[in-house]
Amino acid sequence: MWTCKNLWKKLSPLARSSSTLCRQNARGVVLNNERRLPLVPQAHMSSGTPGSGGDNNLYYLLVGATCVGGGFYAYRTIKGDKERYQERINEIASRPNKVVPEQPITEAPGEQAAETPQAPEPVVEPAPEESVGTPDAGPVVESEPSVEPSPVEVTEEPPAPVVESEPTPVAESLPAETAEPQTTTETESAAEPATVAPAEVPAPTPVEFPSHAPYLLIGGGTASFAAARSIRARDPGARVLIITDEPDLPYMRPPLSKELWFSDDPSVVDTLRFKQWNGKERSIYFQPPSFYISPQDLEKVENGGVAVLTGKKVVHMDVRGNKVTLSDNTEISYDKCLIATGGVPRNLQVIERAGEEVTKRTTLFRKVEDFKALDKVSRDTKSITIIGGGFLGSELACALGRRSADSDLEVIQMFPEKGNMGKVLPEYLSNWTTAKVKSEGVMVITEALVKAVSFKDGKVEIKLKDGRLVKTDHIVAAVGLEPSVELAKSAGLEVDSDFGGFRVNAELQARSNIWVAGDAACFYDIRLGRRRVEHHDHAVVSGRLAGENMTGANKPYWHQSMFWSDLGPDVGYEAIGIVDSSLPTVGVFAKATAKDTPKAATEKSGTGIRSESETEGTASSPVASSTPEPPPVPERKDNYGKGVIFYLRDKVVVGIILWNVFNRMPVARKIIKDGEEHADLNEVAKLFNIHED
Amino acid sequence: MSYCKQEGKDRIIFVTKEDHEAPSNAELIADDPNDPYEDQGLILPSGEINWNCPCLGGMASGPCGTQFKEAFSCFHYSNEEVKGSECIDNFRAMQECMQKYPELYPQEDENEGADAAAPPLVDSTAPVPTEDSSPASVPSSNSTPSPPTPESAPSSDNTPPTDSQAAS
Repeated sequence: MWTCKNLWKKLSPLARSSSTLCRQNARGVVLNNERRLPLVPQAHMSSGTPGSGGDNNLYYLLVGATCVGGGFYAYRTIKGDKERYQERINEIASRPNKVVPEQPITEAPGEQAAETPQAPEPVVEPAPEESVGTPDAGPVVESEPSVEPSPVEVTEEPPAPVVESEPTPVAESLPAETAEPQTTTETESAAEPATVAPAEVPAPTPVEFPSHAPYLLIGGGTASFAAARSIRARDPGARVLIITDEPDLPYMRPPLSKELWFSDDPSVVDTLRFKQWNGKERSIYFQPPSFYISPQDLEKVENGGVAVLTGKKVVHMDVRGNKVTLSDNTEISYDKCLIATGGVPRNLQVIERAGEEVTKRTTLFRKVEDFKALDKVSRDTKSITIIGGGFLGSELACALGRRSADSDLEVIQMFPEKGNMGKVLPEYLSNWTTAKVKSEGVMVITEALVKAVSFKDGKVEIKLKDGRLVKTDHIVAAVGLEPSVELAKSAGLEVDSDFGGFRVNAELQARSNIWVAGDAACFYDIRLGRRRVEHHDHAVVSGRLAGENMTGANKPYWHQSMFWSDLGPDVGYEAIGIVDSSLPTVGVFAKATAKDTPKAATEKSGTGIRSESETEGTASSPVASSTPEPPPVPERKDNYGKGVIFYLRDKVVVGIILWNVFNRMPVARKIIKDGEEHADLNEVAKLFNIHED
Repeated sequence: MSYCKQEGKDRIIFVTKEDHEAPSNAELIADDPNDPYEDQGLILPSGEINWNCPCLGGMASGPCGTQFKEAFSCFHYSNEEVKGSECIDNFRAMQECMQKYPELYPQEDENEGADAAAPPLVDSTAPVPTEDSSPASVPSSNSTPSPPTPESAPSSDNTPPTDSQAAS
């Protein structure tokens, strides 16, 4: 998926380095020139060693040649990239056939810099066209009835990246709002496999949008929902508007790569309900549709409520005027705004460039429709390869591996590290985990760097750097998340260069009336320093906190969020804080019994989602176990049955993993909160009672 | 017998049950129950109700949030002999509202909605303040024993699992 951001990232260092090179060389040449002048008369007038004169000439020659060569190379690369890029854009633009194809394509090459001349056009055209074919512009306040957001997104994309690719800041500096909506429209729409396109049919009845929302939440995921709830709890009668570009109401993500795959219900893909280990069933949606009020009623309903605007993308943010612009030119003003835009899955460049046959056999897993698509793929194909050895990759591998037990599906997982969760777990545990994943039926290929991907003879061929060749039917790329920060430009918000995401303070505030929460927030953690966290519980905690602060609380991020992962029913862990395998660790282990499994943990606490077991379960107080005492387990070869692993930074515990030890998170949280140096971590480990249940 | 090994920068210790029998001498800093940064339980130190407590589930934020807040507030501040006896109207209003949203507030038992809400709340409010104020040597895992009935009755399965711990 080609994004202009990637292009700019690629181009800018090149441009920078070539310009530096040129500058340095130029400087060198100029200096030398200055020196040359006195030298030349010298050579004429006096003897002046012939050798030195010859050296100088050689020097000038070398410098000159380098300069020319460097400049030429840089020029060629930029030109070549631009051509390739143009090809790509044209190809993408030509894909959606429903939309008026001529307009976007003809506009794309035409639009090199200023878009202001376009301003008059869009006002006229969208009315009859209805498909807002030309890029948005201008202060068109009237809401567009029956808008197709998908063509808008796609057509806006060709002009926008073209503008972005211009090194000159000309386009960007245009004060007119006409320019800005263009530049901020990133190609996220292209990245998403035309999700909105098929779903959005021109609605016959015009949907009225509220023109003002006291609380505006951009993004409809976990953080946003948690914030909405927090706001409603604290501000009586609050009117909250959530705007999401997905077609779904807010839902939770963890089951998409875990519980939903283990469901026995064949219609799970439609119902999206999963059975928790304790037998209780629930939907992935936080609340059923009846919880929300319709956007039209938001301003009128007596006690306020939460309204969700689906299928709409916020493309521009006017911080001075306290308003946002949607992709269909609707403007909505706000009093307080939360940005919870999350992110989009990253892709490997080799896949993006591999051609359509490969990209249409590649899944970037994040949303409900990705789950539905992958579920179908797992039934229709014979071989799936997962690239990526982190949380998502490993969970999906285990889930698909389980499924492969009943079918002849081949599941392969490959990643550059030495073992699963190689960046999280210390090596010995990572190896142990990899063995577990393999026992789930997955063929794990470690230390695998993907060199090239192609489509040959009906199979996707993945060529690794060490020469190995893997043939498969479908690829799932789980190689990270790119935070969605498109609004940073128009809103004038800072983006963090180390972690990505919007930079916010400890209170999650970016600017006066703007907060950011969830995956997209790079925040200051008072205890652990600046970080960005991509976990479910963090989204909940930060969303709640943002909601509290939006209603006047002014509390910093203090309650440390946790995360968990299950790799099948036998391996599960909960973790908190900074859990980075590059840190020194101290692990304290006991031998595990059959009682120490994630399944048993949730059965006991009566919840399915691990973070919930904290509020509903109890930690050290004995819980009457409903399951009878299991028979003594025979001695197992693996030593890492259950235990606690401490991650240290400058002798202070900054992260803790509870390995097959559950319902002890509050103790772990306390240890991290204290931030003390403990001389003997075994003593600290005692606090967890790892030998007991 | 416990033993220890070192793999590069990672240290691994294996302990038996006996090794961990002796109480820990690790020192933890005492918690300040009035710490403004901490997430509070159901009842704030000021005596007010924390509507944002995860233990309440979606009760205070849903469509019937206002009614719920009114009813619960009335009950909480009630000083009558039979606590909440003057709040019958509020509870009735709440129940009426909840009946309009059966999906959100499943009415398994007709009595559950309003009546059960009142008595169990008596149980919940009492222990909660004591838990909060007790110096937490082992940090109270959850400050609120989460009044299970009011939570489960009206909004059991629909309670989003987004609720992370109320207080540590």
